[in-house]
Amino acid sequence: MLKSLKESDFGAQVKKSIFRVGIPNTDRKRVLIVLGNVFLHLHPTKVRTSGVKLRYTWCAGGLSFFLFLVLTLTGVLLMFYYRPTVEGAYVDMLDIRSQVPFGIMRELHRWSAHAMVIMVMVHMFRVFMTGSYKPPREFNWVIGVILLVLTFLLSFTGYLLPWDQLAIWAITVGSNMAKAHPLVGAGGPFSDFLQIGGVPLVHPGSDARFMLLGAKEIGGTTLLRFYVLHCVGIPLGAAVLMAVHFWRIRKDGGISGPL
Amino acid sequence: MHPVETANNPLFEAFKALCNGLADPRLSFLLAAVGLFVMLRFRRQVFNWWVGGLVLILEAVVILIGLKDPNFHLIVAKPDNVPITIMLFLTTITFWLAMVQAVENERRAEQKLPPAEKETSQSKTWVWPDLLYIEFIALIIVSVALILWAIYLRAPLEEPANPSATPNPSKAPWYFLGLQEMLVYYDPWYAGVVLPLIIIAGLCAIPYIDNNPKGNGYYTFSERKFAITSFLFGYLALWVFMIITGTFLRGPGWNFFGPFEYWDPHKVVALNNVNVSDYVWVVFFPKIYRATHIEWFNQGLPNVQNVIWQLVPPSMENTVAFFHEVGQALKREFAGILFLGFYFLALPGALAKTWLKKFYENTDVIRYSVLVMLVLTMGTLPLKMVCRWLFNLKYFVDTPWIKF
Repeated sequence: MLKSLKESDFGAQVKKSIFRVGIPNTDRKRVLIVLGNVFLHLHPTKVRTSGVKLRYTWCAGGLSFFLFLVLTLTGVLLMFYYRPTVEGAYVDMLDIRSQVPFGIMRELHRWSAHAMVIMVMVHMFRVFMTGSYKPPREFNWVIGVILLVLTFLLSFTGYLLPWDQLAIWAITVGSNMAKAHPLVGAGGPFSDFLQIGGVPLVHPGSDARFMLLGAKEIGGTTLLRFYVLHCVGIPLGAAVLMAVHFWRIRKDGGISGPL
Repeated sequence: MHPVETANNPLFEAFKALCNGLADPRLSFLLAAVGLFVMLRFRRQVFNWWVGGLVLILEAVVILIGLKDPNFHLIVAKPDNVPITIMLFLTTITFWLAMVQAVENERRAEQKLPPAEKETSQSKTWVWPDLLYIEFIALIIVSVALILWAIYLRAPLEEPANPSATPNPSKAPWYFLGLQEMLVYYDPWYAGVVLPLIIIAGLCAIPYIDNNPKGNGYYTFSERKFAITSFLFGYLALWVFMIITGTFLRGPGWNFFGPFEYWDPHKVVALNNVNVSDYVWVVFFPKIYRATHIEWFNQGLPNVQNVIWQLVPPSMENTVAFFHEVGQALKREFAGILFLGFYFLALPGALAKTWLKKFYENTDVIRYSVLVMLVLTMGTLPLKMVCRWLFNLKYFVDTPWIKF
C-alpha cells in the first residue's frame, strides 16, 4: 500500500490539471502561462518596455479596473445584509455598521467608489497627456469616455442606497437635472408646447424625472430602481464595455508608445 | 453648528484672512486660469523637482495648519470630503508628472534626440513576470491603503432620510458639483442637460478633430500646444476648480464662504443681477425706450408674455399671439442675440483667419467647425463668470422660453 501511495500520480494530475505549465522558468513557459490563463490572457505575452514603466502609465487604468473588482466583491457582500426598501435600508445600514463582524465592508465599498472615480479621471488625464487617443486608438478613447460616464452613474446610483439625509438630498439635486430636459422634462423649455387641446403631455407625472425616480418624488420606487441599476444594470454594461476596452487595447497595437 | 471663536493669534488670523481673500472665486478663478497659462509658458522653470515638491509641501502645510481652525476642520475633515483633498493632491502630482516628462522630451528634441519613451519603446518585456509583479505590488499597496482608510475613517451616515427636512446646502455628489456650480451661471436645462451632453460628446470627438500626428504615445507639450492647453483649461481650471469650490467653498444658499469662514445660514447676498437687454435699453437707448412707451418694469423691458404655442389642435389666434411675443422678445433681446450671433457665427470665421489659422488650413470644414464650437461653448462659462462678477450680468438672452 505504501508503495502504491508513493507511486500514485494523483497529486501531480490534480496540479497539472490546474496549472498546465508549472514554474515558468523558460521563455516558452512564460508565453504559455499567460496564454493558458483566462485572467492573465487579458495581457499579451510581451509588452512594449516603455509602456510598463510606472512614470508612463501611473498604473491608473489597471487600478481603475482593480477598484472595480474590489467594489464588485464588497458590493456582493453588502447585498447579503441590505434590503432596498424604505423601511429596511437605513436600519440595515446601522446593522452593517455595528453588527456585522469585521464591519468595514461599507467603508471599503464607499472609499473604493470615490477612489475609482478619481482613478478613472486620472487615467483619462494620462491618456490625453500621452496622446494615446490618436489613431489607431480613437474608438477606444470613445469607449473610455462612456466608461467614465458609467463610473459616475454607478457612484451616483449607489449614493442613494444608505437612505439617509445625505443620500436623498444629493440625489434630489442630481435628479432635478432630469426635470430640466428640453421637451421631455416638466421644468425644461418647450415641454409645455407638447399638449393636445390644453392637456399637457409632459407633466411631473410623466416626464424624464418621473421615469428616473419611478414617482414624482424620491421614494421606495426610486430606491428599488437605483438599487437594481447599481447592482445589476450599470455594472453589466460597464463590464461589457471594459471587455471591449481591454480587447481593443490589444487589437489597436498594445499600449501606446512612440513608434 | 455654531460659529466657533478661535484663539486670537494675530499671525494665524492674518493667514486665515489671506486664505479667505485668495479663495474668493473672483480671485481664485483668475489665479487658476492665469496661473495655468503662466505655468505652461514658463514650463521649463516651473516643472522640476524643486517647484513640484515645494507646491506639494505648501498645499500640505496650508491644510495641516488650517485644520487647527474649527470652521476649516468642520468642512475639510468631513469623511466624504477627504477624497476631494486626495484628488487635489493627485491632480497636482499627475499634472506635474506629465509636464516634467513633457519638458524633458522638449529638451531632448532640441538636442535632436527622440522622446525618452522611444529608448525603450522598440524593445519588449515579458508580461510574466515583469508586468505582473508591478501590477501585483500596485494592487497590494492600494489594498493596504484602502483597508487603512476604511479602518480609520467611518463611512458617513446621517439621520434617516426625511423628505420634509431640506438640508442647507443640498449638494450633489462631488463629481457633479461642477454641474451644480454651473447652475449659478446658466439655466438648469443648459447647465444640467445640454452642457453635460456637450462635454461628453466633445470628449468623444477629441480623437477625431485632433489630426496632429505628433505626440502619439509620449509626453509632450510643445508638439501639441493648442490641444493640451485647451484640455488642461477645461480639466483643471474649470472642472477640478469647480469641484473644489463646490465642495469646500459653497455653503448655505450656495453662497460663497472662505475656507475659514463660518457657514452662516443667514448670510444675505444682494441679488441684483441684470440682463444685457436692461443695460442696452436703459443705458444706450433711453430716448427710443421712452418714445415707444415701453414700460419700465423691474424685471426687464418690454414685457414679454409667456405664451404657449398650442400645436394640436392648431389655433390661428394662438399662433399669432405666440409669434407676436416672439417678435417682442427678439426686439427686446436684440443686443444679446446679436452678441451671441457674433460669438457663435462670426468668431469661427475670424478665428480661422487669425488664431486658428494653421489648424484651419490643415483640416477640413467639419473638423474645424466642431472644434471651434466646442471651444467657444467652453468659453461661454468663463465669459459668463467674469461678466457676472464685473457687471452682475444674468443672461445674454432672456426670453420666457429660452434663457442663456
